[in-house]
Amino acid sequence: MDLPLDFATLRLIWWGLLGVLLIAFALTDGFDLGVGALLPFVARTDEERRMVINTVGATWEGNQVWFILGGGAIFAAWPFVYAVSFSGFYLAMFLVLSALILRPVSFKYRSKRPSPKWRSFWDWCLFIGGFVPALVFGVAVGNVLLGAPFHLDGDLRSFYDGSLLGLFTPFSLIAGLLSVAMLVLHGAAWLSVKAEKGPVLDRARLFGTVAGVLALVLFAAGGLYVAYGGLGYRITGALDINGFSNPLRTTVEAAPGAWLDNYGRYPWMLIAPALGFLGALAGLIGMWRRSAPLAFGGSSLSTVGIISTAGLSMFPFILPSSIDPQSSLTVWNASSSHLTLFIMLIVTVIFLPLILIYTTWVYRVLWGRTSTAALKTNPDLY
Amino acid sequence: MIDLAVVDLSRLQFALTALYHFLFVPLTLGLSFMLVIMESIYVMTRRPIWRTITRFWGVLFGINFVLGVATGITMEFQFGMNWSYYSHYVGDIFGAPLAIEGLMAFFLEATFVGLMFFGWDKLKPHAHLFVTFMVALGTNLSALWILIANGWMQNPVGAAFNPDTMRMEVTDFMAVLFNPVAQAKFVHTVSAGYVCASVFVLGVSAFYLLRGKHVGFAKRSMTVASAFGLAASLSVVVLGDQSGYALTDNQKMKLAALEAMWHTEPAPAGLTLIGIPSMKDRETHYGVHVPWVMGLIATRTIDKPVEGIFELVATAEDRIESGVIAFDALEKIKADPADMAARAVFETHRRDLGYALLLKRHVADPRQASPELIKQTAWDTVPNVPALFWSFRIMAGVGMFMIALFGTAFVLCTLRKHHTKWFLRVAVLAIPLPWIAIEFGWILAEFGRQPWAVDGVLPTFLGASSLTVPQLWATIIGFTLLYGSLAVVEVRLILHTIKKGPFHEQETFGEPSPEAPLERPAAPAVA
Repeated sequence: MDLPLDFATLRLIWWGLLGVLLIAFALTDGFDLGVGALLPFVARTDEERRMVINTVGATWEGNQVWFILGGGAIFAAWPFVYAVSFSGFYLAMFLVLSALILRPVSFKYRSKRPSPKWRSFWDWCLFIGGFVPALVFGVAVGNVLLGAPFHLDGDLRSFYDGSLLGLFTPFSLIAGLLSVAMLVLHGAAWLSVKAEKGPVLDRARLFGTVAGVLALVLFAAGGLYVAYGGLGYRITGALDINGFSNPLRTTVEAAPGAWLDNYGRYPWMLIAPALGFLGALAGLIGMWRRSAPLAFGGSSLSTVGIISTAGLSMFPFILPSSIDPQSSLTVWNASSSHLTLFIMLIVTVIFLPLILIYTTWVYRVLWGRTSTAALKTNPDLY
Repeated sequence: MIDLAVVDLSRLQFALTALYHFLFVPLTLGLSFMLVIMESIYVMTRRPIWRTITRFWGVLFGINFVLGVATGITMEFQFGMNWSYYSHYVGDIFGAPLAIEGLMAFFLEATFVGLMFFGWDKLKPHAHLFVTFMVALGTNLSALWILIANGWMQNPVGAAFNPDTMRMEVTDFMAVLFNPVAQAKFVHTVSAGYVCASVFVLGVSAFYLLRGKHVGFAKRSMTVASAFGLAASLSVVVLGDQSGYALTDNQKMKLAALEAMWHTEPAPAGLTLIGIPSMKDRETHYGVHVPWVMGLIATRTIDKPVEGIFELVATAEDRIESGVIAFDALEKIKADPADMAARAVFETHRRDLGYALLLKRHVADPRQASPELIKQTAWDTVPNVPALFWSFRIMAGVGMFMIALFGTAFVLCTLRKHHTKWFLRVAVLAIPLPWIAIEFGWILAEFGRQPWAVDGVLPTFLGASSLTVPQLWATIIGFTLLYGSLAVVEVRLILHTIKKGPFHEQETFGEPSPEAPLERPAAPAVA
């Protein structure tokens, strides 16, 4: 069948869409995770905690779908990536899933009973539901940058040769902590938009400031590690960007420092790391000057910049293999078929705008700061 | 060789998490539409009691809904985690409906569900009704896409194996979309969800009526449940799954197995009502037969025969032999992608490649299989007959009972005899039944699909990830503990909420204004 877009273009679009989905997840559910991680520290009394929970109470569920959709889209557009990464990072995924299973339940069940023990239990579950995924996602991205220990056999079956503890290396810990810092900054920025003015907001600003400074330091440390830590892979030999999705037909070698190549080749890509730094800086200034738009806008830009930096540095790699570079998954060898990518693009072009429209409507209806006073009069609040 | 312990544990884990997930889904599917009905009555009549009714069932909906969401997260990712080779092998087709489910359905449902709970004082009644309807629509569309994915595993249309990428790739997306097995499954499954929710509402209302509590609330709820439940229970049985059973060899095998029909019967085939099927003897002892019925159900005719297990095994044997030729050609293509002769041979036998893969359970290279081994492997295509036989009978028996239950409920409600004691007791006791039928329905559908992950394409044992037994035990134990505790908490919360009753909220927060919202300080003017 003749399709209006060629295979390579569709692969490039879907690589971009993968980034869009991950960024949308980090921008929306990211602040839910951040708020969850901040909950026990910025809110002390039961009323304060309920107020904080209700700043995200009505919208976290929709936000989380970016994560689910991310999983579905990787499955549909990048089945190799889906198959190799989730089975490889098996126990790490289990940790994330367990934490994310606790989260919906904690939101819903926490305020259904008055006992302080009951409520404190679910508050800590919300903390786990925010902190653990934020950390593990970062660690996972760190490991993707390092290359994962897997190889493919002739049937393209994936074998993974690593352990859960093996995922925690100095570099992946930097990435993990950066992810936590970034999302905590984002969560604090969300509270500065949505929480009532008072002690909770002041504490959120304090934690947000610390997180923002840490994000700057860790992002810089990560950058130095990428430059001097021997990371990187390179495609050698012939490359058919319109060819069949069969990783074994590409030749790849480890090439320390190669993750910086793209910035020399395409200098515009430097916008990404610049956004990562400047956004976090703007977020910090917003925190100090009590400007909610600047704080939230800054933390959002920073998130976009940091995630884009990881993706752009590796292009065209999506998941390199550290033990068998030959098995590495790239934009050109790990996608679905031409037809599937095209169909999924059409579906996305129709539904993504619709999603943005009704999500915006829902946020508009729920606009305004959440107050502790409302807890006494509104039976619908968590 | 494949580690069969890993395969078995992966299957156990999938069964546990999927069956557990589906404890919450049916109630969500049905209750969401019942909320739409209840809230519509409120919007039309503006009588506060209907607001109370909608909100109370809404609270129970919410407690149930979060566990559906929480356990659904696992489902979305565990194909990649535990069924890595499956994900690679069929992701090109199977991934698409899952992604579309997210785009079209789950986003809708999850975005609006927050507003449904938090928007009562921020939206006008008809706007809120719209939101509730979007939740119901999203929930049910979600089921559609999941069942399109599942239907493809039962009847893999619109796809072909590509030797260059070593996987199945889509050739005709419309065929995947309008797969008759998927359509039948969708109607059957959502109807079952509607029955489930109706039984839940009916049973809880009956409980209140038996106690003489919240009578006005309970009678109205019961009336809605009886009408909705009657329509749903009729549709779940009439629009059952059978329509798809004539389509593929595996579907035929499933039908033969659930009927324990060992040999082809001349048309119109009889139905074995009850008996004791034996896998060892390959026959059914003490069978009680009803003539004609099976032929009518399976083929909707009186002149087409229904194939038996022995005959289907013979077909499987032929397909394995043909599949070995395809496998041999594929190995040649792998060694030399330019081997055109091998490609031509592969084209001819491609359809049967999956059957050759069945041999990998017994021998590393299917080309080395002896004729005896092929004969033996052909019997691998027979699923567990007694398990299917009994699952089907339990499911179908409960289905019939549901029609009787809702028929009676409907008559009683129409005659305004809401207080018929014996019936109320039956209604309370019936609460667990739809869940039992639904779980057995899934066991029938998926256990009956064995030995295939995807019918005729990929055997289940080849689909698993290259994991280790300790890894699997870690997650099985982890999920079981987590899910088990959450189930206890959920059931307690539901009972607690039922005990507090529908008017608890008004007692705590005061009467709501019937014409909400009167003042909306923070919300901008929308809707």
